[in-house]
Amino acid sequence: MTRIVTMTVNGQEHELPSPANRTLLDVLRSEGGLTGTKKGCDVGDCGACTIIMDGKPVNACLVLAVEAEGADILTIEGLQHAPDRPHLLQEKFMEHGGAQCGFCTPGIVMMAKALLDETPAPSEDEIRFALAGNICRCTGYTKIIEAVQSAAEELNKARAQ
Amino acid sequence: MRRFDYYQPKSLEEASALMADLGSEASIIAGGTDLLVEIKEELRKPRHVVDIKKIPGLRDYSYDAETGLRFGALVTARDLEIWAPVIEHYPNLRTAVAALGSIQVRNRATVVGNVCRASPSADTIPPLIADGASLSVYNRGDERQIPIEDLFTGPGRTVLVPGDIVTGISVPPSRPQSGRAYIKHGRRKAMELATVGVAVSLERDGDTCTEIRIALGAVAPTPIRARNAEALLRGRAIDPAAFTAIADAAMAESTPISNVRASAAYRRDMVGVLTRRAIGQAMGGV
Ligand SMILES: Cc1cc2nc3c(=O)[nH]c(=O)nc-3n(C[C@@H](O)[C@@H](O)[C@H](O)COP(=O)(O)OP(=O)(O)OC[C@H]3O[C@@H](n4cnc5c(N)ncnc54)[C@H](O)[C@@H]3O)c2cc1C
Ligand code: FES
Ligand code: FES
Repeated sequence: MTRIVTMTVNGQEHELPSPANRTLLDVLRSEGGLTGTKKGCDVGDCGACTIIMDGKPVNACLVLAVEAEGADILTIEGLQHAPDRPHLLQEKFMEHGGAQCGFCTPGIVMMAKALLDETPAPSEDEIRFALAGNICRCTGYTKIIEAVQSAAEELNKARAQ
Repeated sequence: MRRFDYYQPKSLEEASALMADLGSEASIIAGGTDLLVEIKEELRKPRHVVDIKKIPGLRDYSYDAETGLRFGALVTARDLEIWAPVIEHYPNLRTAVAALGSIQVRNRATVVGNVCRASPSADTIPPLIADGASLSVYNRGDERQIPIEDLFTGPGRTVLVPGDIVTGISVPPSRPQSGRAYIKHGRRKAMELATVGVAVSLERDGDTCTEIRIALGAVAPTPIRARNAEALLRGRAIDPAAFTAIADAAMAESTPISNVRASAAYRRDMVGVLTRRAIGQAMGGV
């Protein structure tokens, strides 16, 4: 039973064929060609598949594609302003060495975006709490937290002006 | 993932009739954070998956000082975690929802799903039992209430029958001079299932404890009440000297198993420590 699921992905309407038993993660990656969203564990433990669905960060591996009918979805590919103009968070991850192998990075950047949308000036504890569902095997997290803090500072400076 | 057929009923009547027709090979999906993991890991093999998210009215939540807290089957752990009345009046439930998985999981996971999955370690169940909460259940035109305490028959098993759709949960209001606590014990702060969970809700009149309910998670085939422990405090003066006997009674009532997360002996010891600590926290809230 394959359905055509209509959803808005990164501001554009997409019609993606989805059998009932396929996850949104698999459909975004395979049918949608959006391979920036990663599959680590496929069971909600690692956060590599984090996307923002109707304004909220979720694990795309725990959503069926058919459940996303009509949804508004933001993936890592939709974050940059243009191919050569990365999002502030992406710049800060590069600057602070917040990515090493990079596999966790798209999920962490999406989660950090969701955090800053809700809490523009998070404390270190709030950043750690928000990123609890994102596992990184390389960085030891310190540089990730610095990158998020530095993005928050810059955003707030820009807002104050 | 194994193949299944997917249905999106638009009303309770339709969902309930469908579930009754499809019988034991059908599963309800709400947030899917348990069901999809169980399908992927082949712990469950439903041929039909019935999505209840298109049914109107199940996303509401409200709080009233007279009637208490009421939330629908589609209300997520995250909805309650960030909602002021829960933070203010139900610190025990707040602790439970804020410690359930990650924010990503909590944005999908419903509290009703957490209860219906009937895991002995589910975080929201002990505080809901200690608070005397009940489920509203719909089945083909009939509605009934089930105290959450009476829902469980074994790990993953409940008294619910095909056609039953849980529509929501009601939690009685907090009285003056009442206090509530939930302590989740695990090996790390986040992304961890409870090794032991202890919830205490109590009411007092001056120095006397007029009512107390203690609920324990992850130390028996289902979440349980520690009734013998409660009886040592109910109707009596609150005397810290009695806490050791109360903790011992709670330990004696638990029947934990050993698994990868902890040994049975350790779990039983922690029931004692945490029961005492949770009573102290709940009294602090009075
Ligand atoms: C990475 C991860 C971490 C987690 N950590 C924790 C944790 O720390 N603590 C914890 O307690 N849980 C944890 N969980 C499990 C938790 O997410 C689930 O128990 C969740 O709350 C279930 O709700 P759901 O809406 O996702 O249910 P679903 O998966 O959709 O359903 C769960 C079960 O309930 C039934 N059901 C759902 N709604 C109804 C209804 N209205 N009427 C009748 N039956 C219904 C379904 O048929 C199914 O059997 C975790 C899960 C993941 C993936
Ligand atoms: S792939 Fe989804 S959480 Fe790991
Ligand atoms: S950078 Fe390698 S997993 Fe995080």
